[in-house]
Amino acid sequence: MERQLFQRAKEAFLSGRARPLEFRLQQLHALQRMITEKETEISTALKQDINRSQYDTPLLELIGIENEIKLAIEKLAQWAAPRPVEKNLLTISDEVYIQPEPLGVVLIIGAWNYPWALTLLPLVGAIAAGNAAVVKPSELSECSSLLLRALLPCYLDKDLYPVVMGGVSETQQLLRLRFDHIFYTGGSTVGKQVMEAAARHLTPVTLELGGKSPCYIDKNCDVRMACRRITWGKFVNCGQTCIAPDYILCEPCIQGRVVECIRQTLLEFYGADPKCSPDYGRIINQRHFNRIMSLMDGYTPVVGGQSDSSQCYIAPTVLKDVPPHSRLMQEEIFGPVLPIVTVSDMDDAINFINEREKPLALYIFCSDKKAIKRMIEETTSGGVTVNDVMMHYTLSSLPFGGVGQSGMGCYHGKHTFDQLSHHRACLIRSLNMESVNRARYPPQDRRRAKRARVALKSPLIDTSKRTLVWAVIATILGIGLFITLMVILLIAAGLNCTCWYWRGFYN
Amino acid sequence: SGSVQIASGMSREQLAVQRARRSFQTGRTRPLDFRIQQLRRLQSFIKERQRDIKDALQTDLGKSERASEMYEILVVEAELHLSITRLAEWAAPRPVEKNLFTLLDEVYVKPEPLGVVLIIGPWNYPWSLTLLPLVGAIAAGNAAILKPSEISSNSSKVIEELLPLYLDKDLYQVVEGGVPEAQELLKERFDHIFYTGSTAVGKLVMEAAARHLTPVTLELGGKSPCYIDKNCDVGIACRRIAWAKLINCGQTCIAPDFILCEPSVLNRVVEEIKKSIKEFYADSTKTSDDYGRIINQRQFKRIMGLMEGCTIAFGGDADEAQGYIGPTVLKNVTGESKVMQEEIFGPLLPIITVNGVDEAIQFINEREKPLVLYVFSHDNKLIKKVIAETSSGALVANDCVVHFLDSALPFGGVGHSGMGRYRGRHTFDQLSNLRSCMIKQLRMEGLNSMRYPPHTAKKLSWARRFVLSHLNVQRLRNMVMLAMLASLAAFVVQ
Repeated sequence: MERQLFQRAKEAFLSGRARPLEFRLQQLHALQRMITEKETEISTALKQDINRSQYDTPLLELIGIENEIKLAIEKLAQWAAPRPVEKNLLTISDEVYIQPEPLGVVLIIGAWNYPWALTLLPLVGAIAAGNAAVVKPSELSECSSLLLRALLPCYLDKDLYPVVMGGVSETQQLLRLRFDHIFYTGGSTVGKQVMEAAARHLTPVTLELGGKSPCYIDKNCDVRMACRRITWGKFVNCGQTCIAPDYILCEPCIQGRVVECIRQTLLEFYGADPKCSPDYGRIINQRHFNRIMSLMDGYTPVVGGQSDSSQCYIAPTVLKDVPPHSRLMQEEIFGPVLPIVTVSDMDDAINFINEREKPLALYIFCSDKKAIKRMIEETTSGGVTVNDVMMHYTLSSLPFGGVGQSGMGCYHGKHTFDQLSHHRACLIRSLNMESVNRARYPPQDRRRAKRARVALKSPLIDTSKRTLVWAVIATILGIGLFITLMVILLIAAGLNCTCWYWRGFYN
Repeated sequence: SGSVQIASGMSREQLAVQRARRSFQTGRTRPLDFRIQQLRRLQSFIKERQRDIKDALQTDLGKSERASEMYEILVVEAELHLSITRLAEWAAPRPVEKNLFTLLDEVYVKPEPLGVVLIIGPWNYPWSLTLLPLVGAIAAGNAAILKPSEISSNSSKVIEELLPLYLDKDLYQVVEGGVPEAQELLKERFDHIFYTGSTAVGKLVMEAAARHLTPVTLELGGKSPCYIDKNCDVGIACRRIAWAKLINCGQTCIAPDFILCEPSVLNRVVEEIKKSIKEFYADSTKTSDDYGRIINQRQFKRIMGLMEGCTIAFGGDADEAQGYIGPTVLKNVTGESKVMQEEIFGPLLPIITVNGVDEAIQFINEREKPLVLYVFSHDNKLIKKVIAETSSGALVANDCVVHFLDSALPFGGVGHSGMGRYRGRHTFDQLSNLRSCMIKQLRMEGLNSMRYPPHTAKKLSWARRFVLSHLNVQRLRNMVMLAMLASLAAFVVQ
């Protein structure tokens, strides 16, 4: 079944109909229509899957998708155009450029926490780049997956972008097939399996994985505002966000204040009983509920801690003085539990972060520019947001991705297009000027070698149109200023010029 | 070099990686000055040890001095020069386009070192294809483990002995050895693996990398087709093809593997290639300094075996003792011939006849995507058609091999010919973590209120308005500059 859909997508791709820009734009417009027309259905599906509030769905997923589609439509011609590169003496009279091309059939494996954004954002890039795509949404977000399978063929080309449903075994079946790129969002363990399967076909991969994203609060910053932003980021989607601040690092002296500020903010956001708040989500299923509850074993929360297994509800929970080697600190929490680990100062925090796997995101709350710079310099991560959380995700000009165990490759905006394209180096020469080539042919001698050396070591020159325009403007400006200077000097020298006299200059 | 065994039972490879990682973690590769100093030392290495390098290449591959200079040494020197002059630019934070929300924030992409990079080099260009990635690794601030190919054993030995005398001994280590040593290395955890070699081993490298979620750059190979349009200047085309084919005796990953042309020009092509070879080597390829040798017996036997089933148009002479195979052109070759089943990597040039460019494109598309595709034609439309209807790592029209020499062009494959790209700045980017940074202020909290619960329809409409209004900051900036320019011009005129 999977193989059939894949074959059909491949044949549709080979027919060449996904290549013309008009076709890609038409598909993107259709996708945009789908998002706007079916917003209610999508919200309902998400409410059933994960109890997402009707406002959170557009806020967290749909507006972002719309934004990406708009950007792709606006910029597609620019992205798909040949990109000129710098030339050297060897290639000065040639046409040298990079031509972005479709790869072929892309496999997109989505995740359950943001089933629409994490499946459709890569799809937008795949369509824009001219590929076919097999979309495999997560079986855990069942209603959303069923809805996607029902909707996509109504708006997009049925053969080029099939939706494959299923769980682990269907995914494994898919991974045996030969794709031209695999885009996977999910956990590290399955990420490894995806890459191993891809290796058998030498398929390049983009892996958007996770990890524990640390959040450092400096004692001298505005703790109140910092905690407000952190609380929002941590408890949105009930903590089930790959870039949620996983845990807090701060000095013991402000720990109490942090707890208080978070408690106050939670009251403001969700009221006294978050269970009754329409804006507070639920855990996706029983298994994850049990997993998160067991992480809290043996700790007394200072905020929250209540739960209701029948609803998969866990109250927003904060734990303080968590030991670094506890189970809570060994795996990504992916839930509404916020541990606070105390460190003695910023250096201690930096060491703590560096002892662990490279995170997907790093959050720093600090007012001191120098300290911020130092912390960024001495750590590494996929992305950094300072004085807020998750916002680097929202700017599509920033490449979004992980490093090390948190992933490889990046996307968003133009980066998705680039990731799912092949950048073909093109060098168009002419069959003239053969005399220039003589230096490279045997029989080799000193003179020829010398000429070859000169050509090979020549510097790179930027011959793009933009540089040319600036060069011309600068030259004109320069000449203009030079003329002005000469005129001023001449006048100052008291030159008795009749034309000026005639103009009444010497009145 | 005094390697103290930290724990007994650790293999040589494990120790090497551990030492490299510990040195990397001291942070001494971060300052640009350190990286430039190491790059300059690498420059000295190449300058001072040219004799050793050339001798090793002569023994390994029969490479003449001039060939070694042109294809191994010069290209590394140029890369080093480029990296040293441009490093500050490459390593600087790269600002990105902002939107309305981030107008007052600092937003940029910061290139950072990845950690320890494993570079596995090939035997056909043991110096340039091992050192070029090393230049990028050093420039990007990484530590590196070099594993030169054991098949080019003399070059491998020279690198292992001499490199530590110039570069930091702990950060940049050379591990010599064959398949078992490579397998030991691949068990270790690296932050990036850069492999140049065959497709088959490329798969094994990627599988090993998958276990640690290590990103890879694979520079593999394949059969690079070369289409000659019947209406082009066949003489010049054949000269360029013959030159490119016979560099390093055909043992080049981007050598034109086979020719596609129409039956009407077949004989002319054979004649012109014959003529060019005579021009290059007089009558004695065997005694010419400029003609290389096959690397070893195994490759020799393999290449000789490929000739079966085809007619030799000319050439075919060989001397097993010397590892010499003369330039050979084969005709009556079909897609099923033995010579068309694997990458030749030798001085055999099969010619396959096709009836026009459409059939050529079909032939090419039936096979794996090649590392490079060559087209010889005066007709720009035809060239553009080939570009549009095929795919390959690179495409060069009317010449061969030279795209490798423009370091602004990304060099790499697609599909079975590889993944990732390098050369010049691309190596730097490939071996860096491009980290997205957004520096906000703990102010203007009012702007954030639209995202906080409790949610209302009004808040949502504000959010939608903000996010979907595309402020084209670039265009605004251009307009402001134009206005300034106009007022300056007015002032000057006045």
